[in-house]
Amino acid sequence: MDWSTSLRLIAPEELLSVSGLVFLLIAAWGGDKASRAITWLSVAVLAVAAYLVAPALCGGAMGPDTAAFFGQFRADAFAAFAKLLIYGAAAVSLLVAPAFFERLNAMKAEYPVLILFAALGMGIMVSAGDFLTLYIGLEMNSLAAYVLAAFLRADGRSAEAGLKYFVLGALASGILLFGMSLTYGFTGTTSFEGVRAALDATQAGGGLSMGALFGIVFVLAGLAFKISAVPFHMWTPDVYEGAPTPVTTFFATAPKVAALALTMRVALDAFGTQADAWKQIVIFAALASIVIGALGAIGQANIKRLFAYSSINNVGFMLIGLAVATPQGASAMLVYLAIYVAMSVGGFVAVLMLKDAEGNPVEAIADIAGLSRTRPLLAAALAMVMFSLAGIPPLFGFWGKFVVFQAAVQADMIALAAIGIAASVIGAFYYLKVVKVMYFDEPAGKVTGASDWVHNLLLALSALFISPFGYLLTKWLGGLADSAAAALFHVA
Amino acid sequence: MTGFPILSLMLLVPLAGAVACLFAEAKAARMIALLATLVDFALGVVLWANYDIGGAQWQFTERADLFAGFSWALGIDGIALMLIMLSVFLMPICIGASWTSIEKRVGEYMAAFLLMETLMIGVFAAQDLFLFYIMFEAGLIPMYLIIGIWGGQDRIYASYKFFLYTLLGSVLMLIAMLWMVKEAGTTDIPTLMAYDFPVNAQKWLWLAFFASFAVKMPMWPVHTWLPDAHVQAPTAGSVILAGVLLKMGGYGFIRFSLPMFPEASADFAWLVFVLSMVAVVYTSLVALVQHDMKKLIAYSSVAHMGIVTIGLFAFNVQGLEGTMIVMLSHGLVAGALFLAVGVIYDRLHTREIDRYGGLSINMPKYSLFFMLFTMASIGLPGTSGFVGEFLSLAGIYQLSSWVALVCTTGIILGAAYMLYLYRRVCFGEQKNADAAALPDLSFREWAMMAPLAAAVLWMGVYPESFMAPMRADIAALDARLERAKPEGDAKVKMGEAKQTGQQGGHHEEVAAAHEGAH
Repeated sequence: MDWSTSLRLIAPEELLSVSGLVFLLIAAWGGDKASRAITWLSVAVLAVAAYLVAPALCGGAMGPDTAAFFGQFRADAFAAFAKLLIYGAAAVSLLVAPAFFERLNAMKAEYPVLILFAALGMGIMVSAGDFLTLYIGLEMNSLAAYVLAAFLRADGRSAEAGLKYFVLGALASGILLFGMSLTYGFTGTTSFEGVRAALDATQAGGGLSMGALFGIVFVLAGLAFKISAVPFHMWTPDVYEGAPTPVTTFFATAPKVAALALTMRVALDAFGTQADAWKQIVIFAALASIVIGALGAIGQANIKRLFAYSSINNVGFMLIGLAVATPQGASAMLVYLAIYVAMSVGGFVAVLMLKDAEGNPVEAIADIAGLSRTRPLLAAALAMVMFSLAGIPPLFGFWGKFVVFQAAVQADMIALAAIGIAASVIGAFYYLKVVKVMYFDEPAGKVTGASDWVHNLLLALSALFISPFGYLLTKWLGGLADSAAAALFHVA
Repeated sequence: MTGFPILSLMLLVPLAGAVACLFAEAKAARMIALLATLVDFALGVVLWANYDIGGAQWQFTERADLFAGFSWALGIDGIALMLIMLSVFLMPICIGASWTSIEKRVGEYMAAFLLMETLMIGVFAAQDLFLFYIMFEAGLIPMYLIIGIWGGQDRIYASYKFFLYTLLGSVLMLIAMLWMVKEAGTTDIPTLMAYDFPVNAQKWLWLAFFASFAVKMPMWPVHTWLPDAHVQAPTAGSVILAGVLLKMGGYGFIRFSLPMFPEASADFAWLVFVLSMVAVVYTSLVALVQHDMKKLIAYSSVAHMGIVTIGLFAFNVQGLEGTMIVMLSHGLVAGALFLAVGVIYDRLHTREIDRYGGLSINMPKYSLFFMLFTMASIGLPGTSGFVGEFLSLAGIYQLSSWVALVCTTGIILGAAYMLYLYRRVCFGEQKNADAAALPDLSFREWAMMAPLAAAVLWMGVYPESFMAPMRADIAALDARLERAKPEGDAKVKMGEAKQTGQQGGHHEEVAAAHEGAH
């Protein structure tokens, strides 16, 4: 494969990095006045990047033609699916930001630039075909994310969130690197293909060696931190609560997609032949995330913390799709991811719209009491998000759980599916609590602030997507996810 | 009518009404809701009139492959037709019952009810396994809101309990459905009804479905959500809960558990019998000591559902026909009784039985209706209750005389608690001055009670109208169950030539005579 082909395959990444650098220069000279313009330009750049990526997904790109730089980078349908979600989520985090930051006089031109670099890093993560590419993408994303978490410098909670995220993130990177080095040590290569072949060979020659097994475990532990799966979830509520809400919107969506897609790539491709070695780990993480995510959420008084636990809970359901380790399971995960992103966007945009008369954000659940009387449409949208997250039909959130459990049942993992779905009832309890506060309680009359039209539009769009109309998309979404999953499994 | 998607239209009308109600003022919302439910009722009548008795098993079928993994497939047989009729018949009455008693957030209330109607019809008309599940589960959301927003004092506890109980019951059913679809390779309910699942797997599947339907029914000991939900729900909510939502459990058994898992149904019949016997006797006794009218009727519902379940698992035509008639009759009678409670609750704002008394003096019309429904609940001949309970018990008698014996006491106990209730409310002295001053039925209330009374009497005097559409379906189900039919313990000696000629309608007499001989 020659260089020109490789360079063509990474066109979206080139676009993002060049425009990120250009915007950085504009910011340096234009100052914060240019921040709004840069934000809109960044959204446009993301849209173009998505346009560049889309053909790979629609065409179901897979195989050697999609490998750039000797297999270090893969621009296949799977990466395209994840990238589209990432770019979409990043664009949403950009769109909701100005209204939030300008009130605090904290809208800096660096915000869109950081989001762009984070999106670039995530794109590299999901396209990784080599442990080194993986690590570069991961760190690129993480470094941008640490800064974003602490973006409100003057706010103690935001700084705390940034610090916590950084310290724990660095620890996780260390664990991941250690796992990667062990894997390299026992297989002699860092490319996914090579690792796969080497592990296969050792398997044939008398079982997986202990060192390689440790490598797998450590790599997965590092990734579990990134997707905030139990038992590596502790940072999530604090970071979600402390970070500025547009940043939390970003954290709950794009990096989640990237990290989960990366985990799929590593588990199903590099360690794909060793599914028996990591299955129990994933099953444990899945069930523990579902249960702890649900139980932890019950006591929360802050809606952002509640969403943090909810995201832990949802990751658990997605990991069931990974534990299945079949193309159907991978496809189900991708469908779930797409729906999850829409639900999170809807949820966080609704949270952004909860403002008191002065425009200060309202985050305490008790303060949104009786919202259905004062702001009926906002309350209805938030209630839809809640029922959807709980997986109650006819809302679209049900479909995500449905396909995941279907994949599990098809793979004869009925006990896993039964336990998982029974545990989802615990989760329903706290989602109902939010609905109860909004609909059954007497109005607290706190949420009176007007909303930005961008917020209204985004909320309406995500509400439409998670409404029963979403089911009309199931064929299309399922088809795309199937071709993405096929690309992921094609290497085998 | 062939080709015209009347079922989709019946789903669409209330749905459109619900959306319209959300944006309407209180007055307009009431009118929209009434209009939508009446139109749906008219469509229901058209549906029944065009239903070809003795024709194809599945009629008015529609199919559109809109979704991945499942399709928009609708269609009805006689059983579904009758339950849809029950739903569309009760809905305008529910709207009428909420006409004045609901004052806050009327638009949302009516929208929730209309949404409920769509989902109820959807449950009975769905021909796709997952479409059924979606409709079945989706009903939780509007009912949760109805209880939680417009309910009584402890409405929040009751709404949570209702939601989580029923959700926990249903989720395992979804896993079972996924397995069935994997095994049979189709989501089509008629195909699945004829599919023979391996006997070992049937047991698990049956239990998963049982968890869902037993909660929905509700069967003892998972019935405890029902009294709470009933007591706290507004009158119309109770009517729809008792009238239609409970029937989803029975419908589930008759549509899924029995035809899809006949062997497992036979194996687990003892479990159903034990739970039903406990339900009939125990909840009847509990009903006897209630001070709250709605709670009393709620417990009586559980007891009546016990009769439904034993009829279902009698594995013969009488039992199944009886079950269907009890379900329809209970839908009318329990709905009417909750309505009757609602009428006086709206006046005095208490459900405490002791606060009333001697209402027959100042509310003669009301007392007359109340008496009719009381008698129908007891199962007096001439009312709908008699036909259903008699057939169910006759059906189970062929299988087990002991179960029949225990469950028949339920009728006596039912007479005890209902007559006791009626005596305390309508007869006796007018000991409470405020209760003695209550005005009789208004025209609106009369117009809600009269159709129910007429339907109860019609079903009691000429049940054939209701049984005719279901007969072929019940016969088909009976034929399907034939291979798993357990042996009965009542062994009739067939030695004498005189008796061998007797069949069909005389069968119960033979059985009854035999019982006397013991």
